[in-house]
Amino acid sequence: MPLVEIEINGKKMSSEVEERQLLVHFLRDDLNLTGTHVGCDTSQCGACVIHLDGNAVKSCSMLAIQANNSSITTIEGLAEENKLHPVQEAFKENHGLQCGFCTPGMIMAAVDLIKRKPILNEKIVREELEGNLCRCTGYQNIVKSILAAAEKVQA
Amino acid sequence: MYKFNYIKVETIEEASSALSNNPEAKILAGGMTLIPTMKQRLASPEQLIDIRQVNELKFIKSDSNNVVIGSVSNHYDVSSSDIVRENLPSLSKLAEGIGDPHVRNMGTIGGSITNNDPTADYPAACLGLGATIKTNKREISADEFFVDLFETILGEDEIITQVSFPIIKNSCYMKFPNPASRYAMAGVFVSKSDSEVRVAVTGAGENGVFRWKEMEDALTSNWSSSTAESIKLSPDGVMSDIHGNSDYRANLVNIMALRAVENLSNGS
Repeated sequence: MPLVEIEINGKKMSSEVEERQLLVHFLRDDLNLTGTHVGCDTSQCGACVIHLDGNAVKSCSMLAIQANNSSITTIEGLAEENKLHPVQEAFKENHGLQCGFCTPGMIMAAVDLIKRKPILNEKIVREELEGNLCRCTGYQNIVKSILAAAEKVQA
Repeated sequence: MYKFNYIKVETIEEASSALSNNPEAKILAGGMTLIPTMKQRLASPEQLIDIRQVNELKFIKSDSNNVVIGSVSNHYDVSSSDIVRENLPSLSKLAEGIGDPHVRNMGTIGGSITNNDPTADYPAACLGLGATIKTNKREISADEFFVDLFETILGEDEIITQVSFPIIKNSCYMKFPNPASRYAMAGVFVSKSDSEVRVAVTGAGENGVFRWKEMEDALTSNWSSSTAESIKLSPDGVMSDIHGNSDYRANLVNIMALRAVENLSNGS
């Protein structure tokens, strides 16, 4: 099997992967990074969003081998030691989750969004959440959390 | 997913020779259609040739007449490019409306055009602006390029390298997205240059993207919102599916065309 070298959450690693293995399964099954979720497996729900070289992508819609020589951040890699990332903090403070299943993807999407568009409003946040579904329909507090996080990052 | 083997290439030449060596191979760029299709076992290529990181295909530039976009530029590259925004704001807006942010970070312009999904956005821009599509072998005008559903004029060993869009400031894309998928239920790209009016329709045609000649002729002889309002697309040949029947879709096309013309008339 081909060998891939990937930097995951700041640590370089190498591993053999089967060509057809999806990145999300590599993360969850081989590396035990189970914070990245599989919600729909059909590229719609965004529960599997990770950062590939700094950009949010769906890890269920790419192969592990495509990530060879890349740098990946998953939800496990956001916090620094015991200090939550400002977006994680904002979700906690604003009750930005109900069952929590979509949360890793929501947070990874939000971090990417705030990086691309530091000045946000509710309309932009709702449009930008196009690729992330919350089946609890808890969008109200998710949007509130992202707006609060953007403000915090700005300050 | 069925088994396949995978190679990553770094130049167009490597991609071309890999593809001509293996007729059962498929080019993988962003993979936003190909990978989900393979997951469902609707496609089973023997080999994937990954061109996502072929640097010579990742560029956006312009001269006085054209904006030229390398084929592995992703939708975010296009929508966030100052060159595109200044010269062809209609194209920038179109790219920003494709899929969702995560899909836009992977999906490429070359992939979208090669796939020729009947509800994709880029084919409308290509036809609506009269783009020229360059491959590893030749240059093809958009008018010849799109053949039928998921079918283009591309040969089996041909790879798109760049797309060149004439800078037509008077251009506008209006889309009625499917509320779930964001694919176009009806998308109309209208451009008005010194020489012609073009009206391209995606999301609606039974044979994929098409130029709406009747509307083009009417607007050429009399450019106005009332002209746009008076021309109605025949539902014959318009797609009918679970999301909408052909009458409904044809009406959406009428409305998107009218909105595009109104938008251009108010702007100029």
